[in-house]
Amino acid sequence: MDAIILQILNGLDKGSAYALIALGLTLIFGTLGVVNFAHGALFMIGSFCAVTLQRILSISFQTVDPSKTDFLGNPSTFDTPYVVHWFGAEVGNGIIDWSVPLAIFFAIPIMIAIGFIMERGLIKHFYKRPHADQILVTFGLAIVLQEVIKYYYGANPIQTGAPEMFRGSFDFGTLLGFDPNVIIYPYWRLVYFGFAAVIISAVFAFLQFTTFGMVVRAGMADRETVGLLGINIDKRFTIMFGLAAAVAGLAGVMYAPINAPNYHMGMDFLVLSFVVVVVGGMGSLPGAVLAGFLLGILESFASMTQIIDLIPGINQIIIYVVAIIVLLTRPRGLMGRKGVMEE
Amino acid sequence: MSKMNLTRRGVIKTGAIAGAGLAMPTYLSAQTQSGYTNAPNGDTVTLGFNVPQSGPYADEGADELRAFELAVEHLNGEGDGGMLSTFSSKVLDGTGILGKKVAYVSGDTQTKSDAARASAKSMIEKDGAIMISGGSSSGVAVAVQGLCQEAGVVFMAGLTHSNDTTGKDKKANGFRHFFNAYMSAAALAPVLKQLYGSDRAAYHLTADYTWGWTQQESIQAATEALGWTTVNNVLTPLAATDFSAYITPVLNSGADVLVLNHYGGNMVNSLTNAVQFGLRDKQVNGKNFEIIVPLYSELMAKGAGANIKGIVGSQNWDWKVESQMGARYTGTNAFVQSFGNKYGFPPSQAAQTCYAQTLLYADAAARAGTFNPCAIGEALAGFEFDGLGNGPTLYRADDHQCFKDVLVVKGAENPEDEFHLVEIVEVTPTEQVTYAPDHPMFAGGALGACNPGA
Repeated sequence: MDAIILQILNGLDKGSAYALIALGLTLIFGTLGVVNFAHGALFMIGSFCAVTLQRILSISFQTVDPSKTDFLGNPSTFDTPYVVHWFGAEVGNGIIDWSVPLAIFFAIPIMIAIGFIMERGLIKHFYKRPHADQILVTFGLAIVLQEVIKYYYGANPIQTGAPEMFRGSFDFGTLLGFDPNVIIYPYWRLVYFGFAAVIISAVFAFLQFTTFGMVVRAGMADRETVGLLGINIDKRFTIMFGLAAAVAGLAGVMYAPINAPNYHMGMDFLVLSFVVVVVGGMGSLPGAVLAGFLLGILESFASMTQIIDLIPGINQIIIYVVAIIVLLTRPRGLMGRKGVMEE
Repeated sequence: MSKMNLTRRGVIKTGAIAGAGLAMPTYLSAQTQSGYTNAPNGDTVTLGFNVPQSGPYADEGADELRAFELAVEHLNGEGDGGMLSTFSSKVLDGTGILGKKVAYVSGDTQTKSDAARASAKSMIEKDGAIMISGGSSSGVAVAVQGLCQEAGVVFMAGLTHSNDTTGKDKKANGFRHFFNAYMSAAALAPVLKQLYGSDRAAYHLTADYTWGWTQQESIQAATEALGWTTVNNVLTPLAATDFSAYITPVLNSGADVLVLNHYGGNMVNSLTNAVQFGLRDKQVNGKNFEIIVPLYSELMAKGAGANIKGIVGSQNWDWKVESQMGARYTGTNAFVQSFGNKYGFPPSQAAQTCYAQTLLYADAAARAGTFNPCAIGEALAGFEFDGLGNGPTLYRADDHQCFKDVLVVKGAENPEDEFHLVEIVEVTPTEQVTYAPDHPMFAGGALGACNPGA
């Protein structure tokens, strides 16, 4: 039982990442009709926003320490971050320690700007082109973005820790009546799940309860009619692209302490997120979220030793097996609508 | 004036013969009157450095390339000479190799076997490379070693740690300076017994490819010989990034040791996940839960950050070894000075093995008096040397594997700077890591005959 609860918890945080990325993908597809293979790269750039802010906050001046020597035998130097120098050790180190949560505010304008530039500068030229062209150009863009990041940050993963108070694990088992240390779960992963829930709710609320959201939903249902009513739907859709980029970026920022950011992490999530979108139903926002969590949990269960012993290799293919089953039985996905990608 | 009669059949025949000739690999026709592939005719000799310049090991590849460049400089008499002054063999005098200036070309393995083979092939056929070196993956090393054997050039392996490279996949044209999985396990075992006792239950997570398999097999055999039991071994996909689903079953498995047979990004992520799930703070069977990473590297330690503190593993070499362990490891400080002055930071073990391989190749050619790969192979086989930073070393003739001391290391608790993330715990002497050429873990292959490409 404890193993099952642990894998459900594991699936929730992994599913949170899938759901957030798939939500952005679906927003872009639903509004602009573009299959955006660069969306994983936006998730990766979000993670590197956290890395960048941590580096900015850690910018230091060097002081020579004549009592020590470096590896070449020269007098050693030590670094003092400017924030520590300005605000004192406690506040300065505290600011650096909280660089990942602070990076949320740093990342939002950057990701929206990147989204705008991507959409206006490149993707808008492919609206009326076949989906194959869109996939090729956005996939190419993803490779360019990851190579740019690799050039500046290197290929090695970069540890970007959670704030000190969220390191370590929470003993979940004792809450459920298990012995101590049987079901323990990292605090930050719980934070990530909570954060994902807030972002997903905010996006749904924005679309459901604001006039802007209502117009966007109307445009998703019938773009032409909304345009005939004199509403500039293209402008709103561009804003939605920026919003989708911000959602992917925020998912990346908060993911940084879970797995050390590296230039390739977007590609690792991209294919799985597309499967999530297809299983959820192309263009369906609730479907993307539902499928994200469902596939995240199934992937975790498939990695259990007992399951692997029973069906070797199932952990590597479970998501695709489920996708095949869902598409065979429900060709439009779990919550897909009629007419979407059916020409 | 002669008259030429063109017939349909004649044209087809001629075309077929010409086509077959063109299709024949260039390296088979690249041999000269000297009787071996890419015999240098001019006043330069070209070496091919095949390293990951893109992909997940690009940082390690960059360090390898720096070391190769430095080695070429030293061979050509530029710079401070590095380890040429400490190398026990004194035939290299800074005038290139056999009087020819050393030039080099580089290729990108991308840490993919097919890309690595294509890049090595291009360097051999188009650039006339007479030796190929480098790499950061055993899968790549085995693939490129096979290509070099077919092409008739020497392969001086870079960072490859699988037993198979000089085991079942060994080749007469291939030589490995780096240590291997068996040696890591043999070096670690006594230290593990001393640190954690002989009553332990180990759970293995293993990267699902040649290196992971041989590393796991080796460390399992070594720890079981200590009296440890093996609770489970789970193969993890090489492309995995989040290992939480593999870590959580460890929590209540009864194991009190987790062995991460992972390297590079896999290791950084699996170790990070293990620490996040509180394994290091856990008590099982009345003992502290421990994590072991059999193969270490400085770049991995940097990637793992604070999670690496106190984690035990093994290395082929460390830039501090001469300063901390004495003059037996002479050459280390000379190399560190040379590399540090040029690039501003200490070299990694990948850099050291690539630098050493280049010097060893050049030295063997100089001693053999020819660039013929078979003569160089004979000069390397059974060669005993010193002064390249690892202490006295033997290039064993039976399998072309170097035998030398192995370092047992652990993550520093309070590193003074980013260059001191790894502490040397102990040096395991060569005798303790040496195995018989016909050891079962290395069985199944044969060196075969050297191929000069003629």
